[in-house]
Parts: sequence; C-alpha cells; structure tokens
Amino acid sequence: MKKFVLSLLLACGLVAGASANEGGYAWDKFPVEKMNDVAALQNGAKLFVNYCLNCHSANYMRYNRMKDIGLSDDEIKKNLLFATDKVGDTMKVSLDPKQAKEWLGAPPPDLSVISRSRSDISKGSGADYLYTYLRTYYRDDTKATGWNNMAFPDVAMPNVLWELQGQRAPKFVEEKDHHDPSKTVHRFDGFTQLTPGKLDEQGYNSAVADLVAYLQWVGEPAQGKRMQIGVWVLIFLSVLTLFTWRLNAAYWKDVK
Amino acid sequence: MAEYHEAPANATPAQKLLNWVDNRFPLSKLYNEHVGEYYAPKNFNFWYIFGSLAMLVLVIQIVTGIFLVMNYKPDAAKAFESVEYIMRDVPGGWLIRYMHSTGASAFFIVVYLHMFRGLLYGSYRKPRELVWIFGCGIFLCLMAEAFMGYLLPWGQMSYWGAQVIINLFAAVPFIGNDLSLLIRGDFVVGDATLNRFFSFHVIAVPLVLLGLVAAHIIALHEVGSNNPDGVEIKAKKNAQGIPLDGIPFHPYYTVHDIFGVSVFLMIFSAVLFFAPEGGGYFLEYNNFIEANPLKTPAHIAPVWYFTPFYSMLRATTDVMVNILAGLLALGAVLGIVRGGFGAMGKIALAIAAIVAVALLKTFDAKFWGVVVMGGAVIILFFLPWLDRSLTKSIRYRPDWHKYFYGVFVFFFLVLGYLGSQPPSATGNIISQVGTLVYFGFFLLMPWWSRIGTFKPVPERVTFAAH
Repeated sequence: MKKFVLSLLLACGLVAGASANEGGYAWDKFPVEKMNDVAALQNGAKLFVNYCLNCHSANYMRYNRMKDIGLSDDEIKKNLLFATDKVGDTMKVSLDPKQAKEWLGAPPPDLSVISRSRSDISKGSGADYLYTYLRTYYRDDTKATGWNNMAFPDVAMPNVLWELQGQRAPKFVEEKDHHDPSKTVHRFDGFTQLTPGKLDEQGYNSAVADLVAYLQWVGEPAQGKRMQIGVWVLIFLSVLTLFTWRLNAAYWKDVK
Repeated sequence: MAEYHEAPANATPAQKLLNWVDNRFPLSKLYNEHVGEYYAPKNFNFWYIFGSLAMLVLVIQIVTGIFLVMNYKPDAAKAFESVEYIMRDVPGGWLIRYMHSTGASAFFIVVYLHMFRGLLYGSYRKPRELVWIFGCGIFLCLMAEAFMGYLLPWGQMSYWGAQVIINLFAAVPFIGNDLSLLIRGDFVVGDATLNRFFSFHVIAVPLVLLGLVAAHIIALHEVGSNNPDGVEIKAKKNAQGIPLDGIPFHPYYTVHDIFGVSVFLMIFSAVLFFAPEGGGYFLEYNNFIEANPLKTPAHIAPVWYFTPFYSMLRATTDVMVNILAGLLALGAVLGIVRGGFGAMGKIALAIAAIVAVALLKTFDAKFWGVVVMGGAVIILFFLPWLDRSLTKSIRYRPDWHKYFYGVFVFFFLVLGYLGSQPPSATGNIISQVGTLVYFGFFLLMPWWSRIGTFKPVPERVTFAAH
C-alpha cells in the first residue's frame, strides 16, 4: 500500500515537472487584496461605466446588484446609470455588433464573465491577465488604431485608458541567444513614457487594479458570499466529523 | 407469495401498522435483507467507502439537477445566458450549480477509486461477475451522462468538445456520416443537438443509470460483499447461520459510512466553496465564453475524467496501427507455435489474424482510434474472465503484481495528463506506450496473473479490533 502511494506521488511529480511553460508575455500578479476593498470595487465600477460600458456590455449583470459592493439604488441611479433609467436592468450597450465589427475588426466581447474566461492553467488567473493586459499598451504606428499590446499582440481595441496612463513606447534589446550564440533575440526591456498621463505609474496601476477587481467581482457576484458561507460550512462539518468519528468508534469498540 | 400473519393481540399500534404493511408489501423483509440483517465482512478498510459515496453523489446530482432544470433553458440562443442567470439571479442558484458541477467531477473521482478497489481485491471474481458488469454499465452511463451534460452550459468547450466527439462517429465505416448526423440532428452541433442531449441527460440516461444501480446493489446483496482478504465469509457460519466474520450493515456500517460521508463532505465543500473551478479542470476556463460555431478554440481538451481515453484516441496514429498489426501478427505466430492448437485451430488462427491485419490496414486510423477508445472501456466488462490469479486479493499475490498495478495506474494518470495537454511529438509517443501498457495489462492478464509465488490465504479475515 505504501509503495503504491509512493509511486503515485512520484507519478504526479513527474507529470508536474513535464508541464512546460508556455511562451508569451508573463502575466503580472493582480493584487487580490483589492477584492476585499469596497472603495476599490466602487472605484472600479466607476471606471468600468466610464471607460468600458460604451462599447462592452455586461449583459448578465444587473445595475442594482452593485448593492453588494455597498452602493444604494439612489447612488447607482445618480452616478452610474447612463444607458438606461431602471436600476434593475442589465448592463447593455446600444452599440450594434455588426457595425462594431466593421469599425474595430472584431465585436467587443461581453465582459460579464471575462475574468473567468481568460484564466490559464499555466499562466495565472483571469484577473492576472486583465491586470497585465490593461497595463501593457504601447504606441505602434504600424497598427490601424496606433496601439499595440504586450499581453494581447495585435489587439483590436485601442488604449481607451490612455489619458490616464499617457503614451508609452516599448524598449527592445538585442541579445545573444543562450542556446544558439549565432542568433540574437529581440528581448522586451520595459517601456519609455512618451507623454505623461493624468496618473503616475503607481496611481495608474492602482486604478487598473480597481477596475480588474470590479470585473473579477462581476464575473461571479456571489463569490464573497460563497467564501463567507464556506467557512461556516467547513466549521460545521468539522464538528460533525468529530461527532461521527466518535460515534463510529463507540459502535466498533464492541466488534472483536 | 407470503403467508398472511395476524398481529399478536398485545401489539402496539406501530407494530399493528407495520404488520398491516408487511402483509401487503415486503417492507421488513427488504429492510432486513439489505440493511438490518445484511452481514458484511468486518474487515472493510478505507477503500470500501467509495460505494456509499458514489450513492451520495448520485443523490446530490439528481436533486441539484431537478432544481437546475427549473431555471435552465435548453435553447442554443438562451442556454449560456440561463446558466449565468442561475449563477446571479436565482436565489441560491450559484450553490446548486456548483454542487452539480463539482458533483460531476466528484462522481468520477469516487467511481474511479471504487473501481480500483474492485481491481485490488478481486471483487469481480466468481460469484461477483454480475456485480462488476452492472458496475461497468453504470460507468458507461456515467460517461454518457457527463458528456451530454457538458454540452448544456453551451460554452466554447461544451460546443467544440461535443463537435469533436460526435465527429468521431463519422469515422465508423459505411454508416459513419449517417450515424453522426443522427446523433447531432443537424449538420453541425446546434439547437437540435442541445435539445436531444438535454433530453438524454435529464431523462433517458438517468433512468437507465438508476436501474443499473438497483441491479448492482441487488446482485451485491445476493452474493455478499467481498473484502480486502478476498475470503468468502459465508464459508464459516455460526449455529444461527450468521457468518462468523460478518457484522450487520446497520448499525456498524451505517455509522462507519456516516463518518466517511462527513469527511467526504468536508473535501467536497472545500472545493465547492473555495475552488469551484477546480483549477480549470472541473470548470474549464474556455467554457465561460459562449459557444461560437465560427471560432474554433486553439486547444480543445475534454474534461479531466475523459482525458485518459482521449489520449488513447489521439495515440492511435497510422504508426500505431502498424504497431498493433505487428503485435497481432506476433501474437498469432506465438499462438500457432506454442498454443497447442490442432491443425484446424492453427489454420483458423492464421486466417483470423490475416483478416484482422487486413481490416486494420483497410480502415482509417481515426476509426481504429475510436475502437481503441471504446475498447478501453469495454475491456473492463471482461475483467472477471481475464483475471486468472490464484487469489482474489492483491494481499496474497506475488509482490511484483503490486508493481504491475503501480505501473498500470502510473500510465493511466500519465494518459490523463497528456489528454489535457495540446498534442506534441513526445507526448504522443508516451501516450502510445501508455495505450499499449493499458491494453497489455488487461489482454495479457490471463497469462501474467497466474505467474509467481502466491501467499497462503487465511481461513478467516484479518481484523484487528479498534
């Protein structure tokens, strides 16, 4: 039995070791503590409504669900309701997908579950991706929109947050290939700021983190409640297990 | 036909009522046969919890399924949206949905362990062949149930996974195209497919599944449970005809199972409440994108519980078919030279081998891939007759048999891992080796399971009081 378990563990280790890292720009870590920060989530909601909700819908998300992040119906009506006048409506956009495809090359995807769909087993969570993606735009004159992105090369969407971030250009260095000295690698080595934005780098990172926190929350509005309930369920089951363990022992002590 | 019994004059109202029922329905008889006086071996270990757990998960799936159907819309235009509606607007909907999605994976984990238990202790050996066969039927139903259920959320993986698997049926010679058309109900996976899969998932397959579960348990209680020693407890009975090593299922195994259930529920809840996506293995990330028939995902992977079989499908390339043909020819030659057949037998074997090799080379490798994938499940049905070991339980088999089992499990896990990964040249060679190991393990079992020095099996079960 022990040998068997050991060989299984060995198998799992081998398999885990064999999984190679996929290429592409490595994702930065989204600061998960933002998920517990109501002010950050509210700021994210504001950024979402102002910068995203013109083209991107969140069709499965109702405005009044934002009660869960501490906003009252009146606050939602006053500050966040531009496309409709009912707080019970979902976050739709009036942009025609066909026209959008004509203008941008691709219809803007719905953002209701975008943070869940963009996760990657080998690269990180969907929030990590969004956090990286929204911070790695750069100027590229060879593209129709004038913008390109490190995390999503040849992206159709221009940098809508540019007035916050400013404009940037990537730096590349030519390096000798470690594996093949006759070749050189075109390695990315950070950005240079071309024009300043309204926010400095730290402020911009924080704003994007707020927006991503909001998108992550929109992906599953029940997630906070889920974990809250989960703690109680596990406490209950631990106590139950304790009792059932002793109950079992009490019966079995007579079996000889 | 039972005799009519009058209740004794001094019976309490409850006894009178039970007597009234017992005269009309075998309530006490059923209870005693299956619970109160069902004598199970007292030496069950950890591995014996998974049968009860499979039953529990089945109940979870049925109950949560009933509530999901109340809010789900089997309509290609609304299915994806209705799942998100359940997750957001239906009170407690997220909990029910996660119970169902986590339950699907839990079902397979529990059933794989339950089957492996059978393999370890020879639980399929005479006289338990039918218990095992009903069980394999349950496993097959479960695979159908999971496959069809996975289409219902109508995400990208739902759609393209179904597309890939249904297209496999098109590889069947002669009738393939009509067959896949019949399954899809359309030329591409679409609304018609979704509707028929929904119907199968919520009515047809569960009905068969429940029937098989009933048959599985009735057959088990008829022959009695096996145990980790592989000793027949019915061989040693006391004066009352009760097996010396048996104890009544209730209360001993009911309290035992309640304990097991509470531990299981802790693990289940930990996943459900804190990692319902199961790291992208229980709920695949791509499935949060609505199905789009015009956009094929770069990498289509089935859910984890199908990946070992999917690997075997992918491993069956033209090269692999040649290897299989070679092995078949080698087997035939060995059979003719060493098999001890008469002249007619030798000729028959040679002709059969030539026909088989010709068939292998005639049809497309894709078709043989489907045969291999299906065969990997079907071969399990024959296990009671493949295993010729002198002892039932692995405990009394030669030590190297244990390593054999280890190698088998190792390759099964590796096949599972590779099936979840994009195809690669090395991965393909490894999965070809894995496929050969998987089939070799079963097909050569009549030969290898008899070899080695077996240990003496005790008269009575080994049991240390708690």
